[in-house]
Amino acid sequence: MIVADKKPIEEIIEYIKDKERILILGCNECVTVCEAGGKKEVGILASALRMYFVNQGQEKKIGEMTLERQCDHEYLDELREIIDDYDAVVSLACGVGVQFTAEQYHTMPVYPGVNTCFMGATERRGVWTERCQGCGQCVLAHTGGICPVSRCAKRLFNGPCGGATRGHCEINKELDCAWQLIIDRLKALGRMEDYETLIPLKDWSTDRAGGPRKVVREDVQE
Amino acid sequence: MSEKTPSRLEKVLRAGHLAVTSECGPPRGSDPAAIKEKAELIKDYVDAINITDNQTSMTRMCSLASCIHLKLMGLEPVLQMVTRDRNRIAIQSDILGAASFDIHNMLCLSGDHQSFGDCAQGQNVHDVDSMQLLQTVRFMRDEGKFLGGDEIKRPPKMFVGAAANPFADPFEIRVPRLAKKIAAGAEFIQTQCIYNLEKFEEWMKMAGERGLLDKVFILAGVTPMKSAGMAKYMKNRVPGMDVPDEVVKRLAAAPKEEQARVGIDMCVESIQRLKEVPGVKGFHVMAIEWEEKVPEIVERAGLYPRPDVG
Repeated sequence: MIVADKKPIEEIIEYIKDKERILILGCNECVTVCEAGGKKEVGILASALRMYFVNQGQEKKIGEMTLERQCDHEYLDELREIIDDYDAVVSLACGVGVQFTAEQYHTMPVYPGVNTCFMGATERRGVWTERCQGCGQCVLAHTGGICPVSRCAKRLFNGPCGGATRGHCEINKELDCAWQLIIDRLKALGRMEDYETLIPLKDWSTDRAGGPRKVVREDVQE
Repeated sequence: MSEKTPSRLEKVLRAGHLAVTSECGPPRGSDPAAIKEKAELIKDYVDAINITDNQTSMTRMCSLASCIHLKLMGLEPVLQMVTRDRNRIAIQSDILGAASFDIHNMLCLSGDHQSFGDCAQGQNVHDVDSMQLLQTVRFMRDEGKFLGGDEIKRPPKMFVGAAANPFADPFEIRVPRLAKKIAAGAEFIQTQCIYNLEKFEEWMKMAGERGLLDKVFILAGVTPMKSAGMAKYMKNRVPGMDVPDEVVKRLAAAPKEEQARVGIDMCVESIQRLKEVPGVKGFHVMAIEWEEKVPEIVERAGLYPRPDVG
């Protein structure tokens, strides 16, 4: 999933302080799972903002709504009937949802209510870690199923670097060395000989480096 | 093995002499005097001088310009290049720039992570890694081509090296990793500072058993300790460093004003012992901000005068 984290409320207040009618818009997908932008977080943020503005002696309308997805035109259409009741939207979706909402409602200011962090997984409740950077050309078959692009601080394809200490990354003792994980996994798979295969220079043109990306699938188009 | 480049370092090694290299860190400013003075101190005691590339990610004068200063003094630089700050365009371009000044040695590294330095908020590049950098230089030299396939007019003639850390974890892949660097094109290796001599000897033995020591020149890395405090710092704070307790203890046992002398003694003793290790073809003396001690170390270790290879 896409993992997001809460933005400080002061930052959100700064965006909307001059608006009178604000819609807090949640998303029922990834940000719900990572507890940053689902229905529950919409309610919490809306209450906190109401309280803040009441304390400031300001009467503002703070609406709440959570869509099934903000990255889908179909669900964003549900906003059409109520959007005119608002001066601004604070979207608690990932950056994709924020942008898709803004694209759909061209004259409506849409502010981000979370920081979009990475594609990752839930280690345990309250802890999420990165697993993928969407480089567009998956190498996991060659690296024992552990991604050096997203999990090595230097994204080394032929690691580990000399800074690895006791299985940890040189930048942070809390962080596993991706290449230690790769080696452990190759060992478990009985494929240690794979370690000595030199991985050649990567074609990064499918990555961010190649410019904004697009997937076109004619087989599923209507 | 016949020489493949005009490198003086390569000549010394192929003639069977124990080579001596050292390194200078460029200044945090634009005054070339700093690098020239350091080089002047050590030039008669080494075969080549590495110039570090923004080591520990602290921004400094660039390695290439510093190498050019050495070259203009008639000295033999080893251009260190890290993959942290350059994509493959900049890498190839800098290699050609170095070659245009007849800089004939290069050390390929990934570089310390930028979070250690003064631009922790900056991006890193890592378009290629250190092994792929080795492959890139060798391809440019041996095929005479750019990575894109076009012909290079006057290809670079670099003697190509890599770093090896026999002490980093996991130990079991330290020899396979050396094999991989050799396969990628490394012709010489400068190792991490050696304090744990037993572990280094074990690594060399394993490398020998795999037949790697006939394929690459190993320069054993040594760094004199200035004090017990430095030893403790290196033991506890520097990633990938293996400083046994005995090293710290011996320094700490000496009075403070004697510790630097003990550090030099220990460094000389290490070289003496390492000379006996089969496969050690030379020494890389990294006297960090202590370049003035290099002549004494080299002389006391019996590595002076340096051979004249023409």
